Amino acid sequence: MSMTIAEPITTTGPTASEPSPVSVRDMTVAYQRQPVLWNVDYAARPGTLVAIVGPNGAGKSTLIKALLELVPRASGDIEFFGQLYRNVRQRVAYVPQRTSVDWDFPVTAWDVVTMGLYGRLGWLRPVTRAARRQSLEALEQVGLAEYAQRQISQLSGGQQQRVFLARALVQNADLYLMDEPFAGVDAATERTIVGLLRTLREAGKTALVVHHDLQSVREYFTDVLLLNARIIAAGPVAEVFTDENLRRTYRGTLPLLDQIGHQMTLAGQSR
Amino acid sequence: MTAWEALADWGSLDTWIVVTAALAAVACALPGTFLVLRRQSLMGDALSHATLPGIVLAFLAFHALKEQGWIAPAWSGWIQHGLVFVGATLTGLLCGLLTEVVIRAGKVEPSAALGVVFTSLFAFGLLLIRLAADSAHIDPGCVLYGNLETIVTDTVPVFGLLLPRAVLLNGAVLLLNLALLIVFYKELQLTTFDAALATALGIRASWVQVALLACAGMTVVAAFESVGSILVIAMLVAPPATALLLSDRLSGVLGWSCVLGALSAIGGHIAALIGPPLLRSALGWPELGDVSTAGMIAAVSGGLCVVAWIAAPRHGLLRQVWNRAHLRLRIVAEDLLGLLFRIEEPTHPATGLSSVAQLATAIQAPKWQVRWAFSELKKRGAVTMSSDGPTLTDRGRTLAQQLVRSHRLWEAYLATNFQMSNPQMHASAAKIEHYLNPQLREELAAELAQPAVDPHGATIPPEEAARR
Amino acid sequence: MTDLLRLLTLQDYNTRIVLTGTALLGIASGVVGTLMLLRRRALIGDVASHAALPGVGVAYLVMERFQPGSGKWYPGLILGAACSAVAGLVVSQMLRRIRRIKEDAALALTLSLFFGLGVALFTMIQGLPSGQAAGLSEFVFGKPAAIVASDVQLLAVACFVVLLICGVCHKEFALLCFDQEYALAGGWPVGALDLLLTALVVGVTVLAMQSVGLLLVVALLVLPPTSARFWTDRLGPMQFVAAACGGVTAALGVLLSAAFPHLATGAVIVLMGTLGFVVSLLFGTRRGVVWRLRDQWRLQRRIGLDDLLRGIYELLESNLVVNDDLTAWPVDVAALERTRHWSQGRFPKLLQRARYEGLLRSDAHGQWRLTAAGRREALLAVRRHRLWELYLIHFADIAPTSVDRSADAIEHWLQPDLLEQLETLLLERHPQLAVPVNPHEALSEGVR
Repeated sequence: MSMTIAEPITTTGPTASEPSPVSVRDMTVAYQRQPVLWNVDYAARPGTLVAIVGPNGAGKSTLIKALLELVPRASGDIEFFGQLYRNVRQRVAYVPQRTSVDWDFPVTAWDVVTMGLYGRLGWLRPVTRAARRQSLEALEQVGLAEYAQRQISQLSGGQQQRVFLARALVQNADLYLMDEPFAGVDAATERTIVGLLRTLREAGKTALVVHHDLQSVREYFTDVLLLNARIIAAGPVAEVFTDENLRRTYRGTLPLLDQIGHQMTLAGQSR
Repeated sequence: MTAWEALADWGSLDTWIVVTAALAAVACALPGTFLVLRRQSLMGDALSHATLPGIVLAFLAFHALKEQGWIAPAWSGWIQHGLVFVGATLTGLLCGLLTEVVIRAGKVEPSAALGVVFTSLFAFGLLLIRLAADSAHIDPGCVLYGNLETIVTDTVPVFGLLLPRAVLLNGAVLLLNLALLIVFYKELQLTTFDAALATALGIRASWVQVALLACAGMTVVAAFESVGSILVIAMLVAPPATALLLSDRLSGVLGWSCVLGALSAIGGHIAALIGPPLLRSALGWPELGDVSTAGMIAAVSGGLCVVAWIAAPRHGLLRQVWNRAHLRLRIVAEDLLGLLFRIEEPTHPATGLSSVAQLATAIQAPKWQVRWAFSELKKRGAVTMSSDGPTLTDRGRTLAQQLVRSHRLWEAYLATNFQMSNPQMHASAAKIEHYLNPQLREELAAELAQPAVDPHGATIPPEEAARR
Repeated sequence: MTDLLRLLTLQDYNTRIVLTGTALLGIASGVVGTLMLLRRRALIGDVASHAALPGVGVAYLVMERFQPGSGKWYPGLILGAACSAVAGLVVSQMLRRIRRIKEDAALALTLSLFFGLGVALFTMIQGLPSGQAAGLSEFVFGKPAAIVASDVQLLAVACFVVLLICGVCHKEFALLCFDQEYALAGGWPVGALDLLLTALVVGVTVLAMQSVGLLLVVALLVLPPTSARFWTDRLGPMQFVAAACGGVTAALGVLLSAAFPHLATGAVIVLMGTLGFVVSLLFGTRRGVVWRLRDQWRLQRRIGLDDLLRGIYELLESNLVVNDDLTAWPVDVAALERTRHWSQGRFPKLLQRARYEGLLRSDAHGQWRLTAAGRREALLAVRRHRLWELYLIHFADIAPTSVDRSADAIEHWLQPDLLEQLETLLLERHPQLAVPVNPHEALSEGVR
């Protein structure tokens, strides 16, 4: 608690010429003092598609949210493209979990996609016609142009997910953070998402995707980040996505981490 | 009249006011606890408003019957109460029912549906009052603020004693609530905690909910007439919410909320007695009027909640600050112990660390904390001060040894399970070492197959101290 | 009669003033209320209005203390009310921080605490010689007639400001209400926006107190937006409808109570809003109960007919080998009735209905046969049913849950390629289903 270490840390990621789209140094995230992510060190390679893989409760969503400063972190530094997040927000797009919003909200699919452009439009400016056109194009890209005027609760789960994707696409960002885009979607949506990921990669962009389905990791992604309360391994799929590493990831959370976390919570509450 | 004179004037009227209010408060606290636990506190607000039309209609019916000469004068008081009771309970249930209908039929968000229903019912009640103003005298203000000061003059003889009718009424409701609570305690507990499980076990959660609403509605009505609707909201919510800060068990919460309800009745009336004289003299404004007891009781019950928030033994703000300070002190003390232990080790490069300032720099803590921790360590007999600085006693060495063992075991654990640089491991261990108990240390050691050295090659000391 | 005419043509200056003021309030509260409803904080207005009461009392006392007789100066009272409403909301936010006190309890606690204080202050004021005449109770129960021309100016300016802010920050508020997390990630100052929205609510609440009374202010904030939701699926139009609804009900309420002076105006305004809500709940074009019931009834009937036709088809299916014209074969009605558990009396009704719709015909011997249209419908029904069955067998994990599988055409819900796959499967098992049905015809028919 009392020592701060200022030595540089060697990581495998960024080269001097091209800063990593996102790099994390020694990040710990805690709820009620109880750490859920321990000492995460990671740097994404530019232009890769990264699957974040791990068992339930491994902190995959928390990792994404902590990167975006949606949950406070106990320690650690995060850089996007070598800069602080607040300076490069426009270059980062976020696709939250589908369950995070009220789908009865009175907006159409088109309106939701247009929200992706609000950041670029800036304060108090009304939505321009160009912006509307742009968001319709994004809807077309995900194959939903004909549903543009539908209220969002009238879309199927996969279509709702694609609306969220279109909202991220329209931002034209360089880094995409996606929280379980493949959860509960139909085959067509899955193919659309995979196609989009490939297009993004061809355009030199990077995506970090929380992913559940181990079968498809090799097919869909170039890199993988194995997570279970701490990083088990990270790197290109061919090197890292090994049976041994997977076994270590899914062996269950280290029970000791849980117990120690509980001790820390208790210490904060009472004696 | 000074504040003391006002208090010294306490008469039987004041006692009856307090007793009525306390009975109402305790009666409200019982269903209120469950409303708060079920996150339906606003139902109290809604119920107290929504029952207005029922009350007015009951009044109208009563007067119509009286005009017809169907009511014996001797019984008129009870019949009026009874009618109001029934009318208000029914509208209370109607409010719950309509809310449910609006939620289901219109897919409206629950709190908004509640807002729609209770405001409509209340507006209807207000309209009725105006329409009925000629035939029956109902003062809307009275419904709102209660009539505590005058209601106690309406007495009935019971076994030769003249008791205020409101006392009997609220007392009866309290007894009924208590009886229901005792009979249905486990159903209430289970449906409140886990409605799904309750349903799976064959307890109809929706019936319990309806019964609870009816019970709350009835209690609200009984309390309503004597203490007014504001007080009813306060009594339903404030004591249970406060009690939640004071106890961790349902029975404890129920008990505390009854006590708190009674306390706020007493405190509120006293505040209503002594507040105005104090204000008058403080402001030099003799014309200021008296304050309503009902209003003050509500304010006092809110005040009690604030007090509990600050001073509650387990969950209070002060306790939290104290805990945090205590944890900080412990960490500094342990850091000191660890540092002294490492200096004693043969591998440590000998450095003269003797002054508080040097030690403070070494463990990166403010000097006052180090001094504070030192006095604590000396008190516990872990450290002695000599001319060349602090030294560990045997007792201190044992403690320090366990700490260093924690530190190094954790580093070893990290090295096995994480990919980390040395400084990172050290930083993590410096944090975690304070939270490992002997059992966790043993598990760590077992998992690592009793390691002898940490990743840097330093010896991991055993759990028990070696005598010097 | 002439009085009524005079009233309705707004020749009465006083009515005109009151009407303008209240309608403006209705409009502003409709617009702000919509945002609060969507932010799921519909009842904040109730807390704000109750919490405003002690502010009114304190403001009155302070003004009366420094200049006796000035206690009823409207802007002063309003300012006091706004301050204490804000204080109330701040307190409820602080209470919310305590882990053990949930949001609803925090709101109810604040409400009762402040209201209790307010009532205590008001009783104290009534002891003052000027207090009796002060008539502060209009803040509790509302009295629009107390609105004077200068108040309307204030109201107009305030409402204009509220509408301006809502208009200018429309997209920011929309983002905040729809997806707070996304707004946070995008760097929008969610806290500040929330604060602004709360300020708007407090403003509307405090202004509306005098006309409808603090007990009913929340109705102005809740009723129009919930009504509006039944008419539209978009935020902008919803705010517009809510504003119109708020304005119209307020105006109607004022007119009614001017026509019948013994009605309480605040209550009448709210009841007008309730009427609007009930009408919307029943007849709203988007989610109105009547339309939903009608749709449900039609769906039930269609399912019934489909079941009937499917039953007939399955009875006759074996004959297909001999002759592919199903219309030629008589239907064994008794056997048909045994095929499934029809609810009491439903079966004969369905038969009649099918004949009425030209799907079945019965001849003089009481024998029932399919018509040509009936045959096509029967084929479609069987096809739909079997496609769903196949789909559920093969893709159960991703099947949509919100669909009535027995009635909705599968073509609505599936991607073309998946459908093709299923159809291939279907034809492998039931080749007869494909022979008479042209797939394109089936597709367009399925979308009736």
